[in-house]
Amino acid sequence: MPWTRDEMAARAARELQDGFYVNLGIGIPTLVANHIAPGLDVTLQSENGMLGLGPFPREGEVDADVINAGKQTITELDRTSYVSSADSFGMIRGGHIQLSVLGAMEVAQNGDLANWMVPGKMVKGPGGAMDLVAGVGRIIVLMDHVDKAGAPKFRKACSLPLTGANVVDMIVTNLAVFRRPDRRSGFELVELAPGVNAAEVRAKTEAGYVEMIPGSVAPQLSASTPSS
Amino acid sequence: MVQKVYPDAAAALDGLLRDGMTVAAGGFGLCGIPETLIDALVASGVGGMTAVSNNAGVDDFGLGKLLRTRQIRKMVSSYVGENKEFERQYLSGELEIEFSPQGTLAERMRAGGAGIPGFYTRTGVGTLIAEGKETRDFDGETYVLERGIVADLAIVKAWKGDPYGNLVFRKSARNFNPMAATCGRVTVAEVEHLVGPGELEPDQIHTPGVFVQRLILATANEKRIEQRTIRQEAA
Repeated sequence: MPWTRDEMAARAARELQDGFYVNLGIGIPTLVANHIAPGLDVTLQSENGMLGLGPFPREGEVDADVINAGKQTITELDRTSYVSSADSFGMIRGGHIQLSVLGAMEVAQNGDLANWMVPGKMVKGPGGAMDLVAGVGRIIVLMDHVDKAGAPKFRKACSLPLTGANVVDMIVTNLAVFRRPDRRSGFELVELAPGVNAAEVRAKTEAGYVEMIPGSVAPQLSASTPSS
Repeated sequence: MVQKVYPDAAAALDGLLRDGMTVAAGGFGLCGIPETLIDALVASGVGGMTAVSNNAGVDDFGLGKLLRTRQIRKMVSSYVGENKEFERQYLSGELEIEFSPQGTLAERMRAGGAGIPGFYTRTGVGTLIAEGKETRDFDGETYVLERGIVADLAIVKAWKGDPYGNLVFRKSARNFNPMAATCGRVTVAEVEHLVGPGELEPDQIHTPGVFVQRLILATANEKRIEQRTIRQEAA
């Protein structure tokens, strides 16, 4: 059974480490906040200028001046601070945020990410995504394994305009987890959703990657060798 | 004492407006936007504006009001997704858009206000955003040259202000307002609370009065919420 969105978020949340400052993208990545392990000290950053995001407000606690980057109402914590947009992106661009979890339209085997425009369609703009992938230490993508037409989203090369070149470190889809040790290396398939086998992932993936599933006979090279 | 406080928005904008001017506005989404001054720009009829603002408001609120009346010719923004009228004008070619990544846009305004005409950033390298722009390598990494922005007029929203133009913003309504305030040749601020001289704690002032030439008490403080999200409590 493929992972649900919540299970994908929970899997991404396992990458959080004590003391991390983390930026969560809009949509499924926001769900990661619900799965932070108890006892783990993680501070969430929102690029509109809030560091230390609390949960959504109760009725009656809503404050129009306290929102996250998704423009959702939010609350403060005892550690919260507010900064200007320039300072907020100073944190991001300056490498002070350890991890960001983002959605994607496509990821390429060399780590290229496309998640901001489809030629011929109304372009809404990159928002803060280009800054995040350029400056945050580690980038995890949460996305469905295939698009609505069934086409693979993890590809040899992105067909859509890039958000960043060679910026993705880990991919969590509804079927599998891919990661790579560093940005000079190719991706490895390291986990499968329950009931999903490596052959199914292979059939639904265009990108080349190395199969590193525990218990499998030997690492195999699928499709083509990732270029570095 | 120089009189920075004006009786209303129309008076504060008097003599500052001309067709084709560049206007920088504070705000993120509908949070921290100068509602009163936007209404006054609508009423003034000034046209052909280039608006520098992270977002474009929604159809009937924020900068969306100036789009509906076609007073804006060009937007410099990072994300314009919440506005149907924007989409219509853009697709029909009536409206020009220059996308700037959000952090780059904030830094362009900060730089413009700080006398820095350009800066190098990693953001956008290898993407359409960097096309046609100069790049340079530093320590083995490629960076793209982005230009600072200086606007003819900046309009900002603050929580508190004093007669010297010192401003304090509130919570996440700060966002782009401090940078917008610095990048205007003339900056007009609207404040929710106009306090007396000495009432603001000097150590707590976010934007000092040197950046603010004119000031009004905000009369439009709807503070519309785009995504009212409430915690689901377990019963």
